[in-house]
Amino acid sequence: MIKSTLFIAATVLEILCLSFVFVYTFSIDKAHFRSGLPAKRELVSHLILTDFAIWTEARYTRHPSQADFFSPFQDFPSSFEHFPAGSIIAPVAAGTMPHDETYQDN
Amino acid sequence: MTKHIKIIEYALSSLLRRKYKSFAIIVAFSFTVAALASVLFLTTALKIEASHVFASAPDLIVQRTTAGRHELIPVDYAETIRNIPGVGAVHCRYWGYYYDALTEANYTVLGVKGDQDTLTLLDGRLPRTSGECAVGAGTAWLRHAESDRELILVNSQATGVVFDVVGVFRSESSLLSNDLVVLTDDGIKDFLGFPPDRATDIVVEVHNSNEVQTVAAKIKRFFPDARPITKSELIRTYDMVFNWRSGMMLTVFSAAVMAFCILAWDKATGISAEEKQEIGILKAIGWDTSDVLALKFWEGLIIAMTSFFVGILTGFAHVFFFDAAILASVIKGWSVLFPRFHLVPQINAYQVFVMGFLTVTPYVASTVIPAWKAAITDPDTVMRG
Repeated sequence: MIKSTLFIAATVLEILCLSFVFVYTFSIDKAHFRSGLPAKRELVSHLILTDFAIWTEARYTRHPSQADFFSPFQDFPSSFEHFPAGSIIAPVAAGTMPHDETYQDN
Repeated sequence: MTKHIKIIEYALSSLLRRKYKSFAIIVAFSFTVAALASVLFLTTALKIEASHVFASAPDLIVQRTTAGRHELIPVDYAETIRNIPGVGAVHCRYWGYYYDALTEANYTVLGVKGDQDTLTLLDGRLPRTSGECAVGAGTAWLRHAESDRELILVNSQATGVVFDVVGVFRSESSLLSNDLVVLTDDGIKDFLGFPPDRATDIVVEVHNSNEVQTVAAKIKRFFPDARPITKSELIRTYDMVFNWRSGMMLTVFSAAVMAFCILAWDKATGISAEEKQEIGILKAIGWDTSDVLALKFWEGLIIAMTSFFVGILTGFAHVFFFDAAILASVIKGWSVLFPRFHLVPQINAYQVFVMGFLTVTPYVASTVIPAWKAAITDPDTVMRG
């Protein structure tokens, strides 16, 4: 019965580790809301930032929310996408894309 | 219960007899789950971070487009927009890009009013004069431009300009500020050569958030060449960029799923002659078909559960303790400046349950089904192969 006892103990330990991850995430999230987030929001509101600085290789990957209508194929019609990040980030869903929004005057 | 404990004991002995094979399966399975979990954790954390952080982004940004492309906007548009009922502060924003031939990196050059001295996430202060700048952690690292040193950039007239670095953004803000070079508004206009009556875009504050769409529609009516971008669209962009259909999810996710399918397919298409013989012997010495199935169920579950827990915990540690180091090199692309992902950990029971259901269940099923086929066959036939 040694092996099964060891296995059950290991499984309980794994479940405890996963539970710890949940508790840890919850506590970090609360702490972030108290201290980290206000500082980041201050940065965003003061510098008027609109995008994450993740991919800096092209305009439309650096600022996906501010990109041209035609991006990523913006260099000429039917041009191939040549930046790797362009294939990593998702295309904006047709019909719901921010660029495509038609503002109805109420 | 005792019966199942004994079956688990036997299943463990059986797996230990094939310890190299079992270990190899656990490693491959854990790796697959870790890859899936890493992508899921990273994209979820980025989506949540975007929705939290960009909640303080401006209500409306008005761009101008010409021939379908972003153009500099006339600053007098701001005056007309200011007169729209419900609109609060309106001001022009000056920003652009700078390609640094020295390091082959692109920086985002941003202008600020110079009315606030410092920020919590800034070591030092913001620029006050045209000859000063504050830089992101990535820019500082790449150009050795720490506080109180100089940063030399080439302006639009191809002349070198020396800026005093008066502040460096802390690495906690890298996701937002890694590639920034912050100048004063006057400094950026001179540096990038903005025409005097043009800005990059216009930032609009709307008092009542329910009126944002109406204000956007009015701006569009006044200026048909304007393109208003609302805060909700901005947040939605990140929701879509990192959703399950995104390239990032598909590239890494599909590779991991394919590897898992091959593993499950290999199991489901048949069991080895040795395993068949084992089942035959067990049946011959009096085990019921249900006992054999219970044995195979536990064998599958031991491997799948162990791999699942190891994979989930590895994925979590990889993304949130090691800043997604392996995944980052996959998604980096051609970016010379790429931030470290200091993300706030995010995990929810739904994600864990879905991942568990999609990985543990098929594996256990693919272990039990072929064993069931062997178990219902006559033991003599099974043992003879």
